[in-house]
Amino acid sequence: MCGATEGGLPLDGINTKIEAIIQGQVTKDGSPVGVAYVRLLDKSGEFTAEVPVSATGHFRFFAGDGEWTLRTLAPGADTVDRKVIAAVGSIAEVEIAL
Amino acid sequence: MAREDVLVTTQWVEENLDNPQVVLIEVDEDTSAYDRSHIRGAIKLDWTTDLQDQVRRDFVNKAQFEALLSDKGVANDSTVVLYGGNNNWFAAYAYWYFKLYGHQDVKLLDGGRKKWELDARELTDEPVKLESTTYTASEQDLSIRAFRDDVVAAIGVQNLVDVRSPDEFAGRLLAPAHLPQEQAQRAGHVPTAVSVPWSKAANDDGTFRSNDELKAIYTEAGFDFSKDTIAYCRIGERSSHTWFALQELLGEPNVKNYDGSWTEYGSLVGVPIALGDEPGEA
Repeated sequence: MCGATEGGLPLDGINTKIEAIIQGQVTKDGSPVGVAYVRLLDKSGEFTAEVPVSATGHFRFFAGDGEWTLRTLAPGADTVDRKVIAAVGSIAEVEIAL
Repeated sequence: MAREDVLVTTQWVEENLDNPQVVLIEVDEDTSAYDRSHIRGAIKLDWTTDLQDQVRRDFVNKAQFEALLSDKGVANDSTVVLYGGNNNWFAAYAYWYFKLYGHQDVKLLDGGRKKWELDARELTDEPVKLESTTYTASEQDLSIRAFRDDVVAAIGVQNLVDVRSPDEFAGRLLAPAHLPQEQAQRAGHVPTAVSVPWSKAANDDGTFRSNDELKAIYTEAGFDFSKDTIAYCRIGERSSHTWFALQELLGEPNVKNYDGSWTEYGSLVGVPIALGDEPGEA
């Protein structure tokens, strides 16, 4: 897990200087959620990407500079929207509690 | 073609898990997803190894496709039901691929693996091996496949539909935002292409929107239903999703998928490229 944030997805082989990374973890009642989908919407609300979370609830996007929305869908939970600001050369960490 | 001829629901799949006529196939961008878990009885197709020639950039040929399906246990009269992650991007790609080689009875699981998971339906990691068959494919149906010269000739003449995200269309991103952005090719879009992101055709749960909604979306985007159409994206999988919506759901004739898509077009020497949010001039 060289280069990873604690407990998160590895950043091996990724040039973080040129990427605007948005990543985080989906939890419910304090525990990681292993089945959930996180969608990345652009500033106009348009779909840009979607990933299933890892077994530990983690997700990551390579976005661009600006404001984005993370929309999380999971079985038996309401949809959760979270705004996030991304910037090239930085990692925006987002914790999503269902 | 009726919607139920080409789309089945998660409930239909659950009710047909033990139907020997039905061959359920998972196709994912993440080719390891199936190995972790899959719908009971489903077999796997790996788009990187099973569906791509391993030397040149092209599909497997007719003989290779026949050998593949024979080995996997798909018969010519099987009802093939495809599903996968990423809102069925690669399942739609495989659907188009099966049509390219003439398989008659092929359907998509509406919503794909995501809908199945959001329904909290059962997945298993049990291996599946079907009895082999003798599969016979048709020659490629090139009425549904576009090549680079078709795309260049279509500028300002046919509907060109760019189904990537708005930022990829405009040239602000080179790949979907869940993938690293380092790429060799130029950013932008084919001049005169309208931007209709594939995602507009799908609901949040991955199911396709109704035909009335689809028609409204393409009409609003400036799509001319009287013209032939070429859809493209980055590598041809998201545009398979749009090809499915236009040809299989809306019944539009003469819709082609350009599988070379932006990774080919954006690397060509001397072809026109438009930047920004507008289609641009021919």
